[in-house]
Amino acid sequence: MRAGSLIRVLLLALLLAAAATAVAIFIPWLPDNASREGERIDFVFWFVTAICIAIFSVVASLSVYSLIKFRAKPDDDSDGPPIHGHTGIEITWTVIPLILVISMIIVSSVALAQNDRDPSGSMRVEIFGQQFEWTVAYPPPGAREDMDGFVCFNLTEGSGEVDRRCKESPNLVLPLDRPARLHLTARDVIHSFWVPEFRQKQDAVPGLETEITVTPTKIGNFPFICTELCGLGHALMRTRAIVMQESQFEAWRRRGSR
Amino acid sequence: MSTVVDEHAEPEVHAPPSPPKPRWRRLLLGPGWIRAIWMTALFFGLGFGLVTGIRALAGWDPVVFWDAIIVVAALTAAPIGFLAGLGAFDYWLAWAFGQPTKPEDHSGHGARRWTDYFRINTDHKVIGIQYVTTTIFFFLAGGMLAMLVRAELARPEADFVDPQTYNELFSVHASLMIFLFVIPAFAGLANYVLPLMIGAPDMAFPKLNALSYWLLPIAGIMMLSSFFFPGFGAGWTNYTPLSVEQPFGNVFFSMAVQWAGASSIMTALNFLVTIITMRAPGMTFWRMPLLVWANFTTSLLVVIATPFIAGSQFFVMFDKIMHTNFFDITEGGYPLGYQHIFWFYSHPAVYIMILPGFGIVSEVISTMSRKPIFGYRLMALSLVAILILGFSVWAHHMFVAGMATWLRIPMMITTLLIAVPTGIKVFSWLATTWEGKINFSTPMLWALGFVSQFVIGGLSGIFLGAVPIDIHASDTYFIVAHIHYVLLGGSLFTIFAGIYYWFPKMTGRMYNEKLGKLHFWLTFLAVNATFFPMHIIGIQGMPRRVYTYDPQFGNWNMFISISGFVLGASFLIFVYNMIVSWARGPRAPANPWRGMTLEWQVSSPPPLFNFDEIPQVVGNPYEYGVPGARHAVFNGDRHVVEAQETVRT
Repeated sequence: MRAGSLIRVLLLALLLAAAATAVAIFIPWLPDNASREGERIDFVFWFVTAICIAIFSVVASLSVYSLIKFRAKPDDDSDGPPIHGHTGIEITWTVIPLILVISMIIVSSVALAQNDRDPSGSMRVEIFGQQFEWTVAYPPPGAREDMDGFVCFNLTEGSGEVDRRCKESPNLVLPLDRPARLHLTARDVIHSFWVPEFRQKQDAVPGLETEITVTPTKIGNFPFICTELCGLGHALMRTRAIVMQESQFEAWRRRGSR
Repeated sequence: MSTVVDEHAEPEVHAPPSPPKPRWRRLLLGPGWIRAIWMTALFFGLGFGLVTGIRALAGWDPVVFWDAIIVVAALTAAPIGFLAGLGAFDYWLAWAFGQPTKPEDHSGHGARRWTDYFRINTDHKVIGIQYVTTTIFFFLAGGMLAMLVRAELARPEADFVDPQTYNELFSVHASLMIFLFVIPAFAGLANYVLPLMIGAPDMAFPKLNALSYWLLPIAGIMMLSSFFFPGFGAGWTNYTPLSVEQPFGNVFFSMAVQWAGASSIMTALNFLVTIITMRAPGMTFWRMPLLVWANFTTSLLVVIATPFIAGSQFFVMFDKIMHTNFFDITEGGYPLGYQHIFWFYSHPAVYIMILPGFGIVSEVISTMSRKPIFGYRLMALSLVAILILGFSVWAHHMFVAGMATWLRIPMMITTLLIAVPTGIKVFSWLATTWEGKINFSTPMLWALGFVSQFVIGGLSGIFLGAVPIDIHASDTYFIVAHIHYVLLGGSLFTIFAGIYYWFPKMTGRMYNEKLGKLHFWLTFLAVNATFFPMHIIGIQGMPRRVYTYDPQFGNWNMFISISGFVLGASFLIFVYNMIVSWARGPRAPANPWRGMTLEWQVSSPPPLFNFDEIPQVVGNPYEYGVPGARHAVFNGDRHVVEAQETVRT
């Protein structure tokens, strides 16, 4: 490639990178983050976004330049130069993407490993999905966190009956800054827990107990949505996730508790 | 030099010619539509009798039980009767029963009248056109369903269809597009051009080829008629337990997939045998056009993976109507088992739906850039790499499904590694255009449009491959955006590239270039206006498969729906262009694109058995710009080779 065309391609790449960056920054993509796990997911998101902008600007600038520069004149019937390949270039565009891919794998794995942990002192919360509503249950404060299986919902019967000692709620209420370990199951079909502001999602599967950790970092009232098609009422199977101060939460949990 | 033997000069006589039968007898008993109609009814009756008879003998109530009758008589027996009536099994049955087989007089080969397209035809060129036109019909039908989906979603409220209808709309839309459009459209294009490209007179098994086509309309009609029997509203993924709990109509999907899947497998076997055994002399694997490579790898994917979706849908149907318990937790079944089996097909299916497109685009870009394909061997090897890696990534559809958490890491590694061979292909296409003499004809626009859309779809795929981001984006409109960039901007664009590229070869006429370009630009802009905003609303929090949604997404959805309607309208230009050009377009020359591959070395359309003399392949298929280079020579111009050999020695 001659120096002149190299400079043109580089300028074009910078221009396209700037445009893509503008799209990434000025469009409000991710909703405001409200959990510690979400911070890690956002980091991976922006890490991957940066790499993708780089790939996009290289590919797009080369193709735009090539298509403009090398278009055939109307009555030019000749062929291009018979270039069959170039081992060096082919190795380059195999190895560089490989390195980028490995970096993304590492970043993702680390974030995933951190988010998957069940931190000590986490609060056990049980979430039960059925057509078409969510039920959230909180074991009494004294209940042991390391107990196996469900303590509030009877998993084997899958009936949705809540143990009398548990606090029951149609909303997911969580205290600020305290890790909550959500244990999910479903009665009839597969449902899926999602709070966009927490970034965390997990299917609730009949007969299985799935788990996910959420550590809220922001007080507020967020949508809590079913994201797995579960039948006619799927679109309406939504409730709220409410984050409050620890003291408020404890007061709420005592209130109306049986 | 080996002598060329025309195998079709003297057909082998299987039986002495029988005396002519009366006309009414031929019409009623001979293969054709009249026999197809009464045999469909007869087989339906047999199925009805079987079910009702057994129930009457066993004393079950009710004796006439329509659920069982529909599965046995309507969805299984009647289609077999239809195929038998048309004559799909005549030769095999005669052979199996020891009767004299009909002598091969090639009357079932080639199209002399338009009615020849509506019967069992063993000519791969006729079958190719049957495939392409049928799949375009189902594409338009599936597109209409998408228009209805967008009409419902234009405003946040539920205001157009009821929830069950809505669920069926998007389920049937996806099923038609996947099983009745993208997969068979590629099979149809390859059916037409692949034997030509390798210098073969036809496919290896012409009768099997005819049968695999006629399974398609059966599958398509079954999927469309599911609207009359509510129940296919669990999405095309048909996840259990929801699918098992759906009303009875869900079996229409389960059975339609069997017919479509059988068609895919037969065609893939046919391609494999054809490619392995019927290449012209001198056509080594490393001299095959990349389209042939692409269909070789795709066919391997099809024959290995398709039985898994057939099995998964049988399991769902058995759970539903026979009370087996493959997925019923209360009886020891395992719902996630369904997802593993389903995606073990349906992820490779993603490559089944794109590798043939890679092949088409390689042909178009090389020819239209007047340059050899850049890095031919690495292009072929990256197809093989995708084939192998493609089988090890299925569970990336299940990152939030509740499977073993550690399993997500190896699945992420293989998923992201596929970006490497895919990237090689994209870079090689761009390098092929570099310093070329690019001709922006309609096929080239579609091919380049494909590359641009596929790059966007590939980049959003990296986001989804990274587990933490996928946890957020799973089951949102981000996924909808991604699959439409890779399947609509990807597969569909390559299908259009292929249709425009080979239209002169198939029909012998040229399409209207201005209308072709108008079609491309309108579709290209509308695709991006429709699907790019879906990334945004998905990441912001809009789940997929909902008929009503949070009003904050209302403006974007209105914009998407309007763009979607423009997208739908853009295909009317295509239909008009195809019909008018096929009927009245100017005559096409044998080689309008000055291509080097073999299909361009014969007339448009090609002779009945493709090559009047068997070509001798002497070089690579993309030697543009190499002075005096030839991909193949025919007997008539043997002196060219001899002259070249003299020069070399």
